Amino acid sequence: MAAELTQTGAEILLRALKDQGVEVIFGYPGGAVLPIYDALFQQNAIRHILVRHEQAAVHAAEGYARSTGRVGCVLVTSGPGATNAVTGLVDALMDSIPIVCLTGQVPTHLIGNDAFQEADTTGITRPATKHNYLVKRPEDLARVVHEAFYVASHGRPGPVVIDLPKDIVINKAPYTEPTVQHPSYRPRTEPEAGLIAKAIAMLKQAKRPIIYAGGGVINAGPEASEALTQFARLTGFPITNTLMGLGSFPSSDPQFLGMLGMHGTYEANLAMHGCDVMLAIGARFDDRITGRLDAFSQGSQKIHIDIDGSSINKNVPVDLPIVADAGKALGALLAAWNASDAPVDKPALTTWWRQIDVWRSKDSLKFNQDMKRGGIIKPQYAIKRLFELTKARGRETFITTEVGQHQMWAAQHYGFEKPNRWMTSGGLGTMGYGLPSAMGVQIAHPDALVVDIAGEASILMNIQEMGTLAQYRLPVKVFILNNQYMGMVRQWQELLHGSRYSETYSNALPDFVKLAEAFHATGMRAQSVDELDDVINAMLDCPTAVIADIAVDQAENCFPMIPSGAAHNEMLLGPEHEPSGVGVTDAGMVLV
Amino acid sequence: MQSWFPPMASLSDTTQRSATISVLVDNEAGVLARVIGLFSGRGYNIDSLTVAPVDAGGRRSRINIVTSGTSMVIEQIKAQLDRLVPVHCVADLTMEGPHVARELALVKVIGVGEKRVEAMRVADTFRARVVDTTLGSFVFELTGATDKIDAFIELMRDLGLAEVSRSGIAALARGTRVI
Repeated sequence: MAAELTQTGAEILLRALKDQGVEVIFGYPGGAVLPIYDALFQQNAIRHILVRHEQAAVHAAEGYARSTGRVGCVLVTSGPGATNAVTGLVDALMDSIPIVCLTGQVPTHLIGNDAFQEADTTGITRPATKHNYLVKRPEDLARVVHEAFYVASHGRPGPVVIDLPKDIVINKAPYTEPTVQHPSYRPRTEPEAGLIAKAIAMLKQAKRPIIYAGGGVINAGPEASEALTQFARLTGFPITNTLMGLGSFPSSDPQFLGMLGMHGTYEANLAMHGCDVMLAIGARFDDRITGRLDAFSQGSQKIHIDIDGSSINKNVPVDLPIVADAGKALGALLAAWNASDAPVDKPALTTWWRQIDVWRSKDSLKFNQDMKRGGIIKPQYAIKRLFELTKARGRETFITTEVGQHQMWAAQHYGFEKPNRWMTSGGLGTMGYGLPSAMGVQIAHPDALVVDIAGEASILMNIQEMGTLAQYRLPVKVFILNNQYMGMVRQWQELLHGSRYSETYSNALPDFVKLAEAFHATGMRAQSVDELDDVINAMLDCPTAVIADIAVDQAENCFPMIPSGAAHNEMLLGPEHEPSGVGVTDAGMVLV
Repeated sequence: MQSWFPPMASLSDTTQRSATISVLVDNEAGVLARVIGLFSGRGYNIDSLTVAPVDAGGRRSRINIVTSGTSMVIEQIKAQLDRLVPVHCVADLTMEGPHVARELALVKVIGVGEKRVEAMRVADTFRARVVDTTLGSFVFELTGATDKIDAFIELMRDLGLAEVSRSGIAALARGTRVI
C-alpha cells in the first residue's frame, strides 16, 4: 500500500524545484496558478520575482541562466500568460538557453472546452521549446519536473515547458526523487578519440588555420572557455568568436580577430574566407556568419565540433564532424595536441599572421569622433567610453543588449575577457530582450554592475520592467544610444531601399529622464561629446537604477557589413574607407 | 558511437532521393505532432506516414516515414528527428541496406456488367482479396509495394474506381538486422 499522500501538487512541485536547486522563479500570477502561488507564499526556500509581463519573465530567466550557467525558472498562468511567454521561449530555443517554464492550465476536465484563459499551450509551444509536457496525473508531476530540468540542461540546452492543469496542483500527489537517467534522451558528450586524433592531424598540417568559436563554448561552462583559451595559445592560431561566443576568449588577446559575420571585423571575415583549416566549436554556421553559402570559405577543410548532431552539415558540409560537448572536446584536443609530436608549419603560420596583420591594419571598426565641444556623439564612441570607464573601475560587469545597431556596436567595441558576461539575443533577434535580461543578471549577481546597452526603440518593448527594477531595488543601468530611428532597419532602408525610411523614425519618444523618474529610477542625458564621460560616470556611481539617454549621431551606420547574399570578401566598409563597390544582388534582397 | 555522418562529397549531390525512415518513439501524447510539426516547420516532404505501437505494453511506437530530398536534406531530417526527446532511434532503411516496404490499400470499385467482371479478373492477377461486395460494387484489399498498389489503382480507374484508402508503408530491414 502506498504511503498516505500528505502534500498537494503545488507543494510537490516546489519540493521538486528545490531539489533541482532552484532559488529564484520569475513569474506572474493568475487564476490557473493560484494554488502554486499559495504554496510559494508559505515557504521561504524559493524566491519569486514578480515581473510586469510574461515575456520579460522568460528573458529575465535567460539572463539569470546565461550569467550563472544554471537553469532559469519561470512561472506563468494559463492562456495569455503562456502565449506572452512564447517569444521568450523561442528566444531561449534559438540561443540554447536552459529554461524550465511552468505554465498554468485549466483543470483537466475542462481542457479542450475553450474554457476561460485556456490555450493549447503544449500545442503552441511545441515548436517553441526543446520539449514540453502536459501533466495529466498527479503521480507524474515530480518525475516530469526532474525530467524537464534534465532535458533543459543536458545536450544542447533549451527551454522546456511544463503545463500544469489546476486540479493537478490542487490534488494530493506523491513525491519521487530526482531521476538520474532519462529513458530516451541521452545526448553524447564525449568526443570519439579517433576523431580528435584526426582533427589534430589536420590542425598540425594547417598553413592558414582559424578557430571559430561560438555560444556552445559558453554553454559548456567556464572550463570550456578556459580550455579554448589554452588551446588557442598553445597552437598560436588566430581565433574569432560569433556574437554568442564573445567572452569565450579574451578580447584583449592579440590572437583574437574580433567577431566574425555580417558585422564582423575585416580580418576575421577575410581569415575565415582564406583559411585552409577551420576549427568550428559550438557554432552553427548560420546565415549571419556565412554570408553567401556557395562562396563561404571554399578552400578550407572544416572540423565541426557540436553537441547537437543536427547542427553539423546543416548549412555547410564539413570534412570532420565531431559530436561532443565543447569543453570535453577542447580538453581532448589539448591533450592530443600535447601528445602529438607532429611538427607545425611555423613559416606558413608566420606568413598567415603577417597577412592577418595587413587585414587588421585596415582598422575596420574605425570611426571619427568629433571631440570639439558640442560635437555629436558617435554611438561607437559612447560604447568605447562605456567600456573604458567600466573597465577602469574594475567591478564585475555584465552587459546585456537589446537588438539592432547598438547591439552590433556593443559587440564590436565592448571588450569581453570572460564568459557569461555578455547577454544578447542572437538567433531570434528579440527587441526588448535587454532590460528583463539585465534584471535576471542583477538578481543572480546583486553586487555586480549590470548595464543594458539599448536603443530608444528596443527599450520601449519591455519598458514596463522598470517597475520590477524599482520593486526589487535592482540598480540596473540602461544605457540608451538614442538616434531616434530603428537604426538597423533604417540602415537597410538607406543601403537597399533608396533611403525611403518607411516607418522607422521613432516618433513621439518619451522623455527618458522623466520616464526614469516616474519609475523611481534616476534619469540622465548626454547631448554632446563633452557631456558623455560625466554622464557615464554619474550612471556608474548611482546606487539606483538609471536610464542614461545618450543622443547619438542619427545617420551613423554599422560597418563593416556583409550585405545579404554577399560573400565574406565582399564586405562593405564604412565611409572612413574606400567604397568597395559591392551592391546587393536581387537574390540578396529577399534575404533578411 | 557518434551518430553516423555521410561522406562529405555525397552532401553536395543535389539530386533528389527518396528515403524510408523508421523512428522508434515513446508512445506519449503529442509525439506524432512533434514529428509532423518538425517536417512542416522545416519544410520537409512527407510522402507517406504510418504509426502504431509495436511492443507488448504499447509503450513504444514505430513511425515509418517516406520522404524525399537531397542527401543533405535527408541527413538533416534524420538528425532533427534524432534530437527529439522522445525519440529512441532513427534508421534510414533506404541507406542502410535492403529493406522490405509494404502497404495496404482498400479500393472500392462500382460497376456492373463487363467492367465488373474485368475488375474481378484484374484483382485476381494482383492477388487482391474481396472484402466487401454488393451487386454493384467491390471493396478489394491489396497489400504490396507502393508501385504495385499504384498500378492496381491505375487499372481500376477505367473499371469504376470510386474510392481508395491506403495505409502508407510499413517497412523493415531485410535479414537479421533490427533497428
